[in-house]
Amino acid sequence: MALYSEKVMDHFRNPRNVGIIENADGVGEAGNPVCGDIMKIYLKIDNDVITDVKFETFGCGSAIASSSMATELIKGQPRAEALKLTNKAVTEALDGLPAHKLHCSVLAEEAIKLAVKDYYDKNHIEYDHSLLPEESGCAHCHCD
Amino acid sequence: MKVYADNAATTKMSRTAIDAMLPYMETVFGNPSSLYTIGQEAKEALENARERAARCLGCTPREITFTSGGSESDTQAIISAARAGEKKGKKHIISTAFEHHAVLHTLKRLEKEGFEISLLDVHSNGIVTPAEVEAAIREDTCLVTVMFANNEVGTIQPIAEIGAVCRAKGVLFHTDAVQAAGHVRINVSEMNIDMLSLSAHKFHGPKGCGILYARKGIILQNLIDGGAQERGKRPGTENIPSIMGMTAALEEACASIDEVTAKLIPLRNRLIAGLSEIPYSELNGDAEHRLPSNVNFCFEGIEGESLLLLLDDRGISASSGSACTSGSLDPSHVLLAIGRPHEVAHGSLRLSIGENTTEEEIDYIIKSVTEVVAQLRAMSPFWRDLVTGKRTHVFAK
Repeated sequence: MALYSEKVMDHFRNPRNVGIIENADGVGEAGNPVCGDIMKIYLKIDNDVITDVKFETFGCGSAIASSSMATELIKGQPRAEALKLTNKAVTEALDGLPAHKLHCSVLAEEAIKLAVKDYYDKNHIEYDHSLLPEESGCAHCHCD
Repeated sequence: MKVYADNAATTKMSRTAIDAMLPYMETVFGNPSSLYTIGQEAKEALENARERAARCLGCTPREITFTSGGSESDTQAIISAARAGEKKGKKHIISTAFEHHAVLHTLKRLEKEGFEISLLDVHSNGIVTPAEVEAAIREDTCLVTVMFANNEVGTIQPIAEIGAVCRAKGVLFHTDAVQAAGHVRINVSEMNIDMLSLSAHKFHGPKGCGILYARKGIILQNLIDGGAQERGKRPGTENIPSIMGMTAALEEACASIDEVTAKLIPLRNRLIAGLSEIPYSELNGDAEHRLPSNVNFCFEGIEGESLLLLLDDRGISASSGSACTSGSLDPSHVLLAIGRPHEVAHGSLRLSIGENTTEEEIDYIIKSVTEVVAQLRAMSPFWRDLVTGKRTHVFAK
């Protein structure tokens, strides 16, 4: 059996939405180089809808695939939907990840939420702080 | 193109080794402990293999114990030296920070029992010096264990010199020669080696078979209890087919060391030169004192597992010391031991070529790695931060 599902390999080999958005409305970064993975998400938000999303990822195959899938799941969605994205949804959409790779999907969720938080902060929008991470806590690994 | 460049992980069996095994599965399948003809024929073959293996290593047949491979040999050697030392109140062991886990984990176990373990620094070039070994030896040192050649960065240690230091101080010396046997000249007598471990599948022999050489007079501790096989020190019916395959492979490898080395060094150096052209990359381990087959690089701004997957898509089999490929959270202890920071160690690539590797394959590897590194860097926020100066480069260029 292969390490990854066909879907993971497809998103790894042909990642969707790779790149950056100049003057993005929200940018979120999760992970760090010491742990070996960083995901950066760029959002364009118009009328509360995520009209465009791009990502950059430094990391393993499942990290790249998770970012790609996460961007697909929120693209064109209302902002509120993006906030509901869970790592479980990303994992399921990829037809599963090996147990020791689940943190990659956690990073994807975290990066997107941090990007939305950045949008709120930039636009001085009040929000429920308990729903969003303050910064990438790196809780998925034990490097801090 | 299909390029197998992971010969340090395992090798394809040679025709000679396979052919040497077949009769002991098909016709001479007897148990060497049985007294009838096909049992005794198997016994004869076993003892003949022991003599031939001993000749390859420069020891006597009695000093050879057939085992299941490198990990078992390492464990048995270290435990045996520790038990002998313990009896004399000597509970200090010297090793290096970048040994194989078969050595490091056995030492950890002994540490829990009250042994004191000194792990010597291997420096940025991946080589420990005999003077450092000498300085670390104490009155209560019972064993020095230093690998012959490192499995990841391929650096060859000054084994004969370390052996001489240990012999002069009266301390047992073991070397894990799993990566070296069949690839580098070894003579345990001339090199003052008291114990040595090797594994057949690293030199085109079968998996699950190895040797522990222990100099006459060293009392081995059993890891397995049972019958009288291997002088009672390694009970269990002997794996005759594998032992025959291993011995044939070892003879073949030892006979062609000079020829293979002469062929591999230019190929290895061509690969090193080609990969050095990639910006912000660096060779891991000493450029000269390394296995003729080993090339190991770190590339800034990328992660090793994704590199391996994309190389696999291009038909290239290689390995990496990134955390993601090991299943643990930390990158390779070897790369950390030679001073690579975590973020660089995650972006490592080991290529281990073999005698069948061609110049065309080397050029294909260089081209593929160059393109894949560029492809991954193009989507790496870490690389962007390095390029834009938000983070600092580790390598000079």
